Order: sequence, then structure tokens, then C-alpha cells
Amino acid sequence: MSELSDNAKKVIEDHLGRYPSKQAVTLPALHVVQQETGCVSRKAIKEIADMLELSPAQINDTLSFYGFFRTEEDPLGKKRVWICRSLPCMLRGGEELLAELCERWGILPGQTTADGKVTLELAECLGACDGAPCMLVDDELSLCVTADDVEKMVRG
Amino acid sequence: MSNEDFKPVLLSRQGKPNSHKLASYKADGGYQALAKALSMKNTEVIDVVKASGLRGRGGAGFPTGLKWTFLPKDVTGPIYLCINGDESEPGTFNNRVLIEQDPHQVLEGIVISSFATRTTTAYFYLRYEYGRCYRVLKDAIDEMYDNHLLGKNILGSGYDLDIHLHRGACAYICGEETGLIESLEGKRAWPRIKPPFPAIEGAFRRPTVVNNVETMACIPHIINKGAEWFMTMGVPKDPNNPRDAGSYGPKLYCISGHVNKPGLVELPMGITARELIDKHAGGVWKGRKAKAVVPGGISMGFMSEKELDTPLDFAGPGRVGCLGLGTAAVIVIDDHTSMVDVLYNACRFFAHESCGQCTPCREGTAWSTKILERIRQGHGKLSDIDVLLEISSSIGTIPGTTICGLADGAAWPMKTAINKFRAEFEEYIKSGRKSESKTLAGAH
Ligand SMILES: Cc1cc2nc3c(=O)[nH]c(=O)nc-3n(C[C@H](O)[C@H](O)[C@H](O)COP(=O)(O)O)c2cc1C
Ligand code: SF4
Ligand code: FES
Repeated sequence: MSELSDNAKKVIEDHLGRYPSKQAVTLPALHVVQQETGCVSRKAIKEIADMLELSPAQINDTLSFYGFFRTEEDPLGKKRVWICRSLPCMLRGGEELLAELCERWGILPGQTTADGKVTLELAECLGACDGAPCMLVDDELSLCVTADDVEKMVRG
Repeated sequence: MSNEDFKPVLLSRQGKPNSHKLASYKADGGYQALAKALSMKNTEVIDVVKASGLRGRGGAGFPTGLKWTFLPKDVTGPIYLCINGDESEPGTFNNRVLIEQDPHQVLEGIVISSFATRTTTAYFYLRYEYGRCYRVLKDAIDEMYDNHLLGKNILGSGYDLDIHLHRGACAYICGEETGLIESLEGKRAWPRIKPPFPAIEGAFRRPTVVNNVETMACIPHIINKGAEWFMTMGVPKDPNNPRDAGSYGPKLYCISGHVNKPGLVELPMGITARELIDKHAGGVWKGRKAKAVVPGGISMGFMSEKELDTPLDFAGPGRVGCLGLGTAAVIVIDDHTSMVDVLYNACRFFAHESCGQCTPCREGTAWSTKILERIRQGHGKLSDIDVLLEISSSIGTIPGTTICGLADGAAWPMKTAINKFRAEFEEYIKSGRKSESKTLAGAH
């Protein structure tokens, strides 16, 4: 059976016409697969490589550069929460917020809660320093958040 | 023009209902600049942009029109325009606001710039974290295709253009223009050795222009109102310095950190940091004083309180030892904050974001972070200060040891923090105290 969903295959094919090289579809392909399955499995890497006429090593080379992508040994929880710790957020309590969430959930940045609901991540500047401290849930920003806000939004 | 008379240009449509929709943009005169540009020769468009003195808003301040003339004249085959929406410099968020609130202003600038540079395919590289921007842009681009503003034969002119959105994957280095190109090509975002510059050999080995989102937003206004109008704002060229290109036009200043009202403010280039903080950001919070201020994103280093009357134009921050204006992201640090903690935060950022290709950058950013971590644990040595200074003068494109400017950005916070606050570092180390700031141990 194919590891890539019909939708993923269609997204990849749709992207092929946009670039003069097939390799340029690597990031769009990795994004759609991780969005659907919470990780990019070894089998998915092989199938993406076949579609883009590359070797799996080339896909893996790109994938491993961006800390963003997860392998099947380390899949994401249902929600992915990023807490910003760069200077403007740090000046307004970003580091404390991250530490507080680690304590409440009993995990470290990068880890997922035991119930599989949330993966907690540390982020560098999220581009929302006007609302420090801020967080990103999947790909939506929330500004000026407290630990209680975060908890309500992602576990409530 | 004085700052009091100034009316927002780039932010003029902020907060209007449906400001992101095509109908609303058109009702405010949108896409008239495009029609005007399409009736001109592409070289005439370049001439207007060149004459306006517009300099890139992405950090390096390179004159935009001049950059476009570096494209080879007699080239056959594609030329690409890459829009840099990776915006990840700590403190910077103007691209996000521009895109979310007024995407068509940016997109109109992209179509005009593509026409000027003879591009028929433009790639909009957007950092992944800007999901809302992505969706707003996607809808706006769909509206454009439906209204003959993109695709074949735009507004009946015979000019064709496609714009493709390309999402990043959370890496600061994708903002460096050749890192962006490598990332777009599906590879790790390792910046390329220059030359060749992108204008000669860029995306897919073709001539390429890379421009920032705010730079694009300026273009329709320049075409509509002319180069002279643009030059009524900002700081003119220094007549005594033939290499100064001036600082013209409006600028978006991002204000964050210890102020009462963090936010985005548009003003003519050249406002001072003090005026920005006191008049436009409600002053330093909690009735405190500023201790240090970052003039344009963390890579630019720090100004001391005494230096706050420096004008934030392209030349100002450099006169007080900073790297430059950068992204004009002003970060205010109050006098209750330890510069040791601040510098540690900055160094950790660069260690986290170094792509690892160049040994001086990879090792220099990692070791400076480790040294500061040790100082923060109360185990610093006075000699650490000079080690940090030595690292800061050895890494970067300025000493010539690295491929890209990330390492210069790592060096400047170290250099300026230590040179301007040395006594504080010495006192901290001598006291042997531990940092009070709650930072997760071992979380890098
Ligand atoms: C480490 C590093 C990160 C950068 N990040 C960005 C960025 O996020 N956005 C941006 O527009 N320019 C960034 N730049 C500058 C770009 O390399 C390039 O100069 C700019 O996109 C050109 O556009 P402009 O001339 O319109 O400013 C970065 C440069 C370096 C060295
Ligand atoms: S200077 Fe640093 S970020 Fe830039 S290419 Fe070298 S290692 Fe990578
Ligand atoms: S520092 Fe947190 S969003 Fe910029």
C-alpha cells in the first residue's frame, strides 16, 4: 500500500508545474505529509523521492536540516505549541512561560504530553514581538499569552 | 517634511474593514500604479525606482533600482524575482502586519517589480509561522487571477506573470538571500559563496532578484507619486560623503521590549530612538529608564542610553558602533535588566540558527553561548570578557572568515554589549552570582 495519501500525491503533482526543477517540490511535499500524519516516515521519504526523481538521501538531507520535520520515531502530538524565547519575548516573560509549561506538563521542549495531545516546542522570534510573550499553535500566532491561556487553548 | 505633518503611506489602509480584499484596495486607488507601469517601458520603471533613492528594507539597505540594473541585459530565458518574507530577525514584524492587513499593496509592488525586471515567475518565500499571512496571500492571489491582475496578458498589456507562494520551515538562515534560494530549490538552506551574486546566477542558476516585502510595498507609491515625492521624506545624502546613498521614504519601525505600547509605527526615515520610545511607544514601562536599545534587530548590536538621540536612518546606528539600521526593529531594555542575560539570549539565538557551514560561525556562536552560560552560573572568569571580544572580531564577512552575514550579526551584540557595558560584565563575574532569570537548563 502506498504511504502517501491521494491528497498528498495530488498536492505534490500540482506543485511540479510551478518550478523548473522537481527538487524544489521537496519542502511542499514534506509539509503536506507531516500535516497529514504528524511525521515524515521512512517509507514516505522513499515515495516522495520516487515522485521527484531524487534519491531518498537527498530528501532526508533537506528534511534533517530543518528542525521542523519529525521522523516516525518522534511523531508530533495533535497540537504543536511553540513558545517564543527570543529577546523581545524574553524581556516580557517568554522564558518563564516556557519553563512554567514544562513544569505543568512534565515535559521538556521537543517532547509530547503522555496523552499525545500536545507537543511543546521552543521557538526563536515568531515575528510577533508586539505581543510578547507570544506563541504559535500549529501555524496561528497568539499574542500576549499566559500559561493559563495556553492551557485553555490547547488542552481545554 | 516634519514628522508632525507626516501621513502614513504604507500603513494608510490599516484597520479599514476588509482592508485585505481586492475591492477595498481598488476603491482606494489600488492597481492604478500597475496600469501606469505597464504603459511605460520596463527600463523607465527601473529609472523611476532608481531616482527615488529607495533602499532595500530587508536589512542590508542596498539601492533597489541599482540592484535591478545588475541583471544581464541580453539574457534569454527566465529571470526570477524572489520575495523575501522569511522575516525572522528578533524584534521584526512589519512584513507580517503589511501582509495581513494590506496584501494587495505588497502584491501590486511585486507585479510592477516583476515587469521592471522582465520576470515572468515570482516566488514569494514566506516563513512557515505566518500561517495567517499565507492564507490571506493565497486568497489575494486568487482574486488577482480572477481579475486579470496575474496570469496571461495582465490588464491587456501582453505581459504575463505567475506568483507562487513557497512556505519555509522555521529557519532564520532562509532569510539570507542565497540561503533562501537554496531552500526554494529544495535543499538545505546553506548560503552560497558570492560571487556569483544572484543577479547573475540565482534561483535555478538563473538571474534572480531578491527583495524584501516592505521594499515591494513602497513600489506602487513611487510609481504613483513619483521619485521626487518619495525624496521629500527622510534624510538626504551627506554631501561630504560620496558613498552615502541617503535614507529616503517612509519606514516601518517595530518597537518591542520594555515599553508601554509595543507596536508598529510608520514615520519618515531618521527619527531618533528617544523620540520613537517617548512619543510613539508610550515611554519605558513601569516608570523605568532605558539601559540599552537595539536599533534594528538583534544583529545590529546595542545603543546605550546616552546614544538614544541617534537618528534611525541608514547611517545613524553605524556612527555609534552598531552594525547598521538593519530592519529598524527597536528593542528597548530597561535598567532593571542584566546585560549578561540579554547578551546570553542573543548569543544563544545565533548558536541555534547558525547553519553550520563555516567553522568560525558554528564554533564561535556555540562557544560564546557556553561562556555566557558559565558566567550566568557564577563561574565566569574575568578573562572570559576578552575571549568574547576576540570571538566577536574574528567571525563574519567583515573580517572575511564566513560565507554570510549571520556571523556578523552574532558578533555585533557581543562587541557592543561588552564595549558599552564592560563594567557591568566585570562586576557580575567578580560577584560570582547566578542569573535570576529563569532559563531552562539544557534547552537549546
Ligand atoms: C542571516 C541573515 C538573515 C536575513 N534575513 C532576512 C529576512 O528575513 N528578510 C529579508 O528581507 N532580508 C533578510 N536578510 C537580507 C537578505 O539577504 C537580502 O539582503 C534582502 O532580502 C534583500 O532585499 P531588499 O534589498 O529589498 O532589502 C538577511 C540577511 C542575513 C545575512
Ligand atoms: S556564516 Fe554562519 S550561517 Fe552564514 S553560511 Fe557560515 S555557518 Fe552558515
Ligand atoms: S521575540 Fe518573540 S515574537 Fe519576536
